[in-house]
Amino acid sequence: MARIEILKTYKLYIGGQFPRTESGRYYTLLDKKNKVIADICLGSRKDFRNAVVAARAAFGAWSGRTAYNRAQILYRIAEMLETRKAQFIVELIQQGSTKINAEKEVALAVDRLVYYAGWCDKFQQIFSSVNPVASSHFNFSVPEPTGVVAVVAPQDSSLIGLVSIIAPIIAGGNVCIALASEKMPLCSITFAEVLATSDLAAGVVNILTGKTSELISHMSSHMDVNAVVYAGKDQKEILLIKENATLNVKRVFVYQNDWNKTESQNPYFIFDAQEIKTTWHPIESIGVGGAKY
Amino acid sequence: MTTKTKSSAKPKLDFTSGWGYAPAPESSEHIKLEKRYGHFINGQFVKPSGGKYFPTINPSTEKQISEVALGDARDIDKAVKAARSAYEKVWKKMPGSERGKYLYRVARIIQERARELSVIESMDGGKSIRESRDIDIPLAAAHFFYYAGWADKLEYAFPNRKVEPVGVAGQIIPWNFPLLMAAWKIAPALACGNTVVLKPAETTPLTAMKLAEIFRDAGLPPGVVNIVNGDGRAGAALVNHPGIDKVAFTGSTDVGKIIQKAIAGTKKKATLELGGKAANIIFEDAAIDQAVEGIINGIFFNQGHVCCAGSRLFVQESVADLVIRKLKDRMQTLIVGDPMDKNTDIGAINSKEQLEKINDYLKIGVEEGAEMWQSGCAIPKNGYYCRPTIFLHVSQSHRIVQEEIFGPVLAIQTFRTVDEVIEKANNTPFGLSAGVWTDKGSKIFNLTNKLRAGVIWANTYNKFDPTSPFGGYKESGFGREGGLHGLMPYVNLK
Repeated sequence: MARIEILKTYKLYIGGQFPRTESGRYYTLLDKKNKVIADICLGSRKDFRNAVVAARAAFGAWSGRTAYNRAQILYRIAEMLETRKAQFIVELIQQGSTKINAEKEVALAVDRLVYYAGWCDKFQQIFSSVNPVASSHFNFSVPEPTGVVAVVAPQDSSLIGLVSIIAPIIAGGNVCIALASEKMPLCSITFAEVLATSDLAAGVVNILTGKTSELISHMSSHMDVNAVVYAGKDQKEILLIKENATLNVKRVFVYQNDWNKTESQNPYFIFDAQEIKTTWHPIESIGVGGAKY
Repeated sequence: MTTKTKSSAKPKLDFTSGWGYAPAPESSEHIKLEKRYGHFINGQFVKPSGGKYFPTINPSTEKQISEVALGDARDIDKAVKAARSAYEKVWKKMPGSERGKYLYRVARIIQERARELSVIESMDGGKSIRESRDIDIPLAAAHFFYYAGWADKLEYAFPNRKVEPVGVAGQIIPWNFPLLMAAWKIAPALACGNTVVLKPAETTPLTAMKLAEIFRDAGLPPGVVNIVNGDGRAGAALVNHPGIDKVAFTGSTDVGKIIQKAIAGTKKKATLELGGKAANIIFEDAAIDQAVEGIINGIFFNQGHVCCAGSRLFVQESVADLVIRKLKDRMQTLIVGDPMDKNTDIGAINSKEQLEKINDYLKIGVEEGAEMWQSGCAIPKNGYYCRPTIFLHVSQSHRIVQEEIFGPVLAIQTFRTVDEVIEKANNTPFGLSAGVWTDKGSKIFNLTNKLRAGVIWANTYNKFDPTSPFGGYKESGFGREGGLHGLMPYVNLK
């Protein structure tokens, strides 16, 4: 007799744990042949708010890690993804991808994580400056993470889109709450399992599934969210996010990239969720002649 | 708070008898101002479409100096069209090295006319001549000079990217540093190849009109910079005009949010430099006398009309009595009065409306249970003046601690530990600036790392420089002005 397979329950990822949605709601994901793949959590406003609390709590420690340490953790995420490639390929195929494309997408996701792992301790040097002020002060400007970032992941991508957006956000020391593709949510939750085993502190990345139409207004109006990244082209959704963002002057970034291309990875994505901080300190002006040797 | 506010044992310092300064007024006889000003559009001074003007008042005398055009949507439209045409036909095509030369010319002419500009700035805005002469005008010239040099070097600013201008920039500036804010906005925009429509603040339009003369005299091609006078309606028309590609705004957070919303449905880029409620933190190991000077400069510079003013003072409990006593003594020496007098420390409040707003907050502070203390200086009978004011026994929830007053009003709190003061300092929707005073280097860097603000002054305060990026976190806005980072809002990277 054939063995009965154990099916996975797909849940949310909030504060390092995998809860079901507090709302108890779900939607059913079907494959091309209308066969049930899984029931997916229909995340709620309350789930999002819980995720913001978890993210905010994680921000101080995550942004305070050394850049080297963040780099190693991003690299660790790549390692974990690499070793679990097979599972992602299966899920991508379940959601309609071809085998070749699925293999390519997973490989690219791993490479992208490695790419941003490398940037963790370098982008600061690219985007910072020592400023030659015309007074006796030492003055320098450095990037610092913006804070809690809400991410609406691209609808037409299950893995590479999500990874391409999250990686630069956390590489820069931010924390985030990502809403997975409604149509293709499988890899996002499995990716959460990768994150959970990568020494990434709880709350740094939180992943929700659910309806974009239902959640974006909450994501963009929450007063403890500092920035919103929206990957998509729906003008109504973009307008709604931008208008709600004004409540607390959120930074809004709209990405319409083809995430399969290498041009869609660069340190300017990290820079988006950074603030520039300028620090002044006086320089004692005794010995004005300068150092002669 | 354990501070004793009545220091009884110490002999009282006497600042009133035997300490008089003879008046030392700066002459304004050499100033040539028209009776009325229109707009500066396409290289010409033109009359407003609606034919309406409004007076611009000297806030230290309450007398009219001149009148300026009340611009409306038609004027904005003309200006945007002129800017678009100049962008497409002239400015976008001009090599950066040539654009830079115009900016260098402007910088030089500002320097040549510095005295005149300082006097007008103080007449129109009420700020002390010492500050307009030594800070506003020299810094305005320096900004043009700095960004002039960037115009042909932009490819070095953004690694691995091609730099293109954005197009036409609509810029709205506040009344606290009129010419300087115009320079902050116009210089980087032009250096990057954009053209500009600028709307000066309604209470301080005159140096912008002088700047227009300077652009004309520098031979700047017509339409590259257009200046439209008026009130919020002209500003709204500018923000909403479909012909602009970028909005740069400095002003209140409330208006900033309206602007952010107004352009939400467009592709317009924006930089917003908004309000602040900066923490100025004094540790027990600070050089106390220097720190007291820093407190004074932090809150009383430019009558407190400074978005980055150190309006929340945090003093470590162990030195609170000492710092507050010294602060009060120092405040007693501040001279409030005629902006044109070279001895004046604190000039006139910019407008009647602003004075009323400040006075409202004084009332609110007292009603909320804080203890108000003001210096005993004499203030002139006419004009809009406010004595330097501190509030003791305030708490985080007080409105005078949470809201931007934009006047010479300081809310003082104490703290015991580093963690406590970081928590309190960051407990605000704003994040523009902060100050830290301590003799310990590692403590400075701990604080400068953890304070969520765009500009941190350590053992100094309210310093500005064209090479130094300025701008806020959180509800203090986004984007930077000054320095290499100040180029970013004015370029598209390809």
